[in-house]
Amino acid sequence: MLLIHCPYCGPRPELEFSYGGEAHIARPSPPESVSADDWVAFLYLRANRRGLQAERWRHVRGCARFFNALRDTTTDQFLATYRCGEPRPDGGGSASP
Amino acid sequence: MMAWRAAHGGRVDRSRPIEFSFDGRSYRGLAGDTLASALLANGVHLLGRSFKYHRPRGLLSAGSEEPNALVTVARDAARSAPNLRATQVEIYDGLRAHSQNRWPSLAWDLGSVSNWLAPLFPAGFYYKTFMWPRFAWHRWYEPRIRAAAGLGRAPVGADPDGYAQRFAHCDVLVIGAGAAGLAAAAAAARSGARVILCDEQAEMGGGLLDEPAAKIDGVNSAAWLKATIGQLGLQANVTLLPRTTAFGYFPHNMLGLCERLSDHLDAPPPDLPRERLWQVRAREVVLASGAIERPLVFPGNDRPGVMLASAARSYLNRYGVRVGSRAVVLAGSDAAYAAALDLQVGGVAVSAIADVRPEPSAPALAAARTAGIRVIQGATVLATAGRLRIRNVTLGTVRPGGTIGRGEILACDALLMSGGFTPSIHLHSQSRGKLLWREAERFFVPGATAERERSAGAARGLDGLGAALEDGTQAGLAAAAACGFRGSATPPLVATNELSSRGAPGALPQPGHAAPAKAFVDWQNDVTSRDLELAMREGFSSIEHIKRYTTTGMATDQGKTSGLNALGIVAHGSARAVPEVGLTTFRMPYTPVSFGVLAGYDRGQQFDPVRRTPMHDWASARGAVFEDVGMWKRARYFPQGAEDMHAAVARECRSVRGACGLFDASTLGKIEVVGPGATEFMNRMYVNNWTSLAPGRARYGVLLRDDGFIYDDGVVARLADDRYHVTTTTGGAARVLQLMEDYRQSEWPELKVWLTSTTEQWAVIAVQGPRARDVIAPLVAGVDLSAGALAHMSVARGTICGAPLLLFRVSFSGELGFEINVPADNGTAVWEAVYAAGQSHGITPYGTEAMHVLRAEKGFIIVGQDTDGTVTPDDVGLAWAIGKAKPDFLGKRSLARPAMRAPGRKQLVGLLSVDRSRLLEEGAQVVANAGQTPPMQIIGHVTSAYASPTLGHPIALAMVADGRARVGQTLFVPMPGGDIAVEVTSPVFYDREGAHLNG
Amino acid sequence: MADATAWLHPLPGATRLSFCGDEAAQDAAAAALGLPSSAMPCRAVSVGGRASLWLGPEERLLLAPLNERAQLLASLEAGLAGHAHSLVDISQRQLAFELRGPNASLLLNAQCPLDLALEAFPVDMCTRTVYAKSEIVLWRTAADRFHVEVWRSFSDYVLTLLHAVARELSARP
Repeated sequence: MLLIHCPYCGPRPELEFSYGGEAHIARPSPPESVSADDWVAFLYLRANRRGLQAERWRHVRGCARFFNALRDTTTDQFLATYRCGEPRPDGGGSASP
Repeated sequence: MMAWRAAHGGRVDRSRPIEFSFDGRSYRGLAGDTLASALLANGVHLLGRSFKYHRPRGLLSAGSEEPNALVTVARDAARSAPNLRATQVEIYDGLRAHSQNRWPSLAWDLGSVSNWLAPLFPAGFYYKTFMWPRFAWHRWYEPRIRAAAGLGRAPVGADPDGYAQRFAHCDVLVIGAGAAGLAAAAAAARSGARVILCDEQAEMGGGLLDEPAAKIDGVNSAAWLKATIGQLGLQANVTLLPRTTAFGYFPHNMLGLCERLSDHLDAPPPDLPRERLWQVRAREVVLASGAIERPLVFPGNDRPGVMLASAARSYLNRYGVRVGSRAVVLAGSDAAYAAALDLQVGGVAVSAIADVRPEPSAPALAAARTAGIRVIQGATVLATAGRLRIRNVTLGTVRPGGTIGRGEILACDALLMSGGFTPSIHLHSQSRGKLLWREAERFFVPGATAERERSAGAARGLDGLGAALEDGTQAGLAAAAACGFRGSATPPLVATNELSSRGAPGALPQPGHAAPAKAFVDWQNDVTSRDLELAMREGFSSIEHIKRYTTTGMATDQGKTSGLNALGIVAHGSARAVPEVGLTTFRMPYTPVSFGVLAGYDRGQQFDPVRRTPMHDWASARGAVFEDVGMWKRARYFPQGAEDMHAAVARECRSVRGACGLFDASTLGKIEVVGPGATEFMNRMYVNNWTSLAPGRARYGVLLRDDGFIYDDGVVARLADDRYHVTTTTGGAARVLQLMEDYRQSEWPELKVWLTSTTEQWAVIAVQGPRARDVIAPLVAGVDLSAGALAHMSVARGTICGAPLLLFRVSFSGELGFEINVPADNGTAVWEAVYAAGQSHGITPYGTEAMHVLRAEKGFIIVGQDTDGTVTPDDVGLAWAIGKAKPDFLGKRSLARPAMRAPGRKQLVGLLSVDRSRLLEEGAQVVANAGQTPPMQIIGHVTSAYASPTLGHPIALAMVADGRARVGQTLFVPMPGGDIAVEVTSPVFYDREGAHLNG
Repeated sequence: MADATAWLHPLPGATRLSFCGDEAAQDAAAAALGLPSSAMPCRAVSVGGRASLWLGPEERLLLAPLNERAQLLASLEAGLAGHAHSLVDISQRQLAFELRGPNASLLLNAQCPLDLALEAFPVDMCTRTVYAKSEIVLWRTAADRFHVEVWRSFSDYVLTLLHAVARELSARP
């Protein structure tokens, strides 16, 4: 069971969290502004990286907040967790929130 | 009657005899014995049959690495635990143990005919022999192989034992309470750290328990152990867990431990669990898991009486049991000499030490000479003899240049071997730590760590008691320091002349023309050195492939005794260095774990929470039949007298249509959406336009995901400008709240709006039917119930029976309807009051089944039944709900995708069998033409089907391609009995104008 | 080692309000309740029979005696005028009980994965967490005392489990 540092509550057991998929996927605004292909990419296409990945978690059985995390998918080690709206701490990936 | 018990010595309690049985025969052992030591004390060496060849097998070891002596221990028919290692089973009065994998008896096993058919059963026999023909595999080969090559049998009845679980946290978790582990725990505890020390054995001490002669800090090992463990036990910051196996190392320093609480008791108290699962989160871990002696690989090395030298020593020193009267000791390591010396003193005649190494060590030779034990140098083993117990061993002589000559035949009833010790690196490897090959010592040791752990003592390849104590102390201090606890400790001092435990893995040399006698590498899975060689000849070179092809190391013992020997053989056979061959992954569990302890409390009624509504007991007392909806129990129907479900549902439906029904809708999810941004938030979440909804009014809301497909639905009421009461489906409550929170927090954090689940705040009593108003009117205060004041889809506050009331005028039945929301505590009282008030109106409680029929008659969909995650609002005729002028809502962009508007999409329609008599099956397919044979062109499927009491014939809802354009057409539902002709209709079968609803 | 020295008391019905709002609104709510302001995560503040439990950065669980409901709502409404906020009555959504005794944390740790050592989970700490498959709110009111809130339909499950654990801890070989 992973030990996850909630940016609001501190280190807590994985049982309290739910996983939320890849982070920093911006919802196009307004949605009509993008092509059908771009919209489909927003809906369905994910990098599913082997290695360091920015992803969303929710401390659903805790403070109930969504937040972002940098996790190495090959080792399960977390490099950092950070609040929604904050940039990726390692400067990687896209800059969107 | 314990002829093989030494006159003195050992840690068993000679004043407490224990009666037990093995395969129906009674024996006597002593308190402190394992089943293995007690059977040996009675001269029993034949304990089981091997997995594949049914060869007679005895004890190889004295510990948890035992691959042979797997037994079933049964207290009664339901309490029967198979595949226990006899070396770990503590005996108690009345214990009944049975051997496994033999028929009709251990000594006469018919299955061992497969031993003579050995050439048929080489490596990969599963893959080669039984590939063809296919029918024969299923009918003949597989059932017979499964029956013959099995382990013990699982008990058939439910497990009556209890199993406990616990989460625990500590600074330093020490695994293994041998010399290194005890020293580590003592040092860490002295620094002030919270320490948990666990050990798989009944008694802590590890290998020290086998070393009564060792002196530590000036006292003998038994006294030192007693003092050290006693001191640890007194400290409040230390938890001692004997009989506790660390079976798995999980990410972020979480370890799974299994504590055995009652298996060793003759009469366990009823509430004492059998086992407890500990899930321990440790800041630092010290792995002091010791080392395991390797067998030597030579023909006939699996005969009962052939045993690890350290095991013979352990049986003598710890249990006071002699493993034979005349032993030959095979030395691949100096450790064999230590065993030979102890056995000689303990009354076992040691005929000879046959040293298989090119250069035996001088101190070992000197020690043997002093003890007067003959040493044969440059030896190998060519064969052993004896049917159910070893009778003699035929030695070979390795000549300079490598040729092999025949040596002497030595009579013996015990052949003890030591190939050196392998560090137990399993947990380090499970934690994804790297392994390092040490060429000098010829074994792997823990390398770079992935978790916050360190190995100590023999587990990292250190040799000897002094080194273990010193290393353990340092590891304990370092682990505590890493948690911020500074301390100091002096390692205990040892004064002994210790012999090395090093050896070389691989097989003993054999003449090139040797007969195909089996030299076992993996005892539990019956893998021989020839199997490995065959695999290499057949082209397998990766150790991962060789492992799977031969199954070496894949048994429940996880290759504890076989792994390194297999590597040595493959390395030698392919002329590669061991690190080039690589190492297979160590899997958890370290030793098998019961299903019971993993399930823990999750069983029977406690498997999942059973959620009941405030009115549950009322329904239960009325004989309601319940169904599970999510975790909820919902009343499905209320049978009267001898009614079956069909009759009860028909009666309930007629009551609602004709008079009045009473329905418990408390399980519907409820979310209160509050804040100045509430309307904007609702506009963005749901397809509907909420700006135009006045406070006091309600609307049927449809929720899509951004992919444009229906996710949930429910009535949404606007309670105030800034407050909405949103209802969801029963099963969708949690996921709708999650979706809403996701968008609220992640996409629109600027909106001042908050969400609160109120599902359980309210008891919800639906009163539906033409008499509904008349029924509740006398009970309600503060609300004008007239159609003009409280129209369909309205909400008002008042009181009912003195309780605060939130009253909805809504209908999921198609009749005049109200939903009474009262605080949960008031639910039953209000329900009973409504029921009493309705008596004169013919009020009838109804369940979910009637509710389903009523809504289907009206063509109301159920999300998840009529929809399946690929359905748009328009597909089910709900396009009218969409607020078309809104700039955005979840799914809006997706609905504009061409595929979502393309012709050919499935649409919701009604289906009636042409003869009006056939009840369709939900899930049945719909086709356009009769008489087709597969593959058919499928154009739709039935989503709901019921007998309609109102219409007097069955009805169905279906999703059919371009369905709305097909209304009036005849389609077909192919069934095993032939096609059913169906007419396509509107999905609304009852009151299309809504006259009843608005009454 | 383990002794069944723990007692479970059902707590009487209470006024429970789910409050959400920003920091200014939080301060205003605390003032209206007569409680000190606190934004410290996972901590409760309580005076007399009233308490405010931090459940999230914007979320508090407000607890008060049952008979103070009307008064509480009125003073909160007055105090929160002009502050965007959400106030929802959840008095009957959940039940509460108290676990006390030297082994209270052992009972909880049978199925609650948090570190409940006093250093890690000090007095006044509160949080949503889990007990087996149920969500609970756990609030340590004294070294050997916990206040537990559980949704009403999950309470049978949680209490049955706690009793089973207590029985098992009191069994001795």
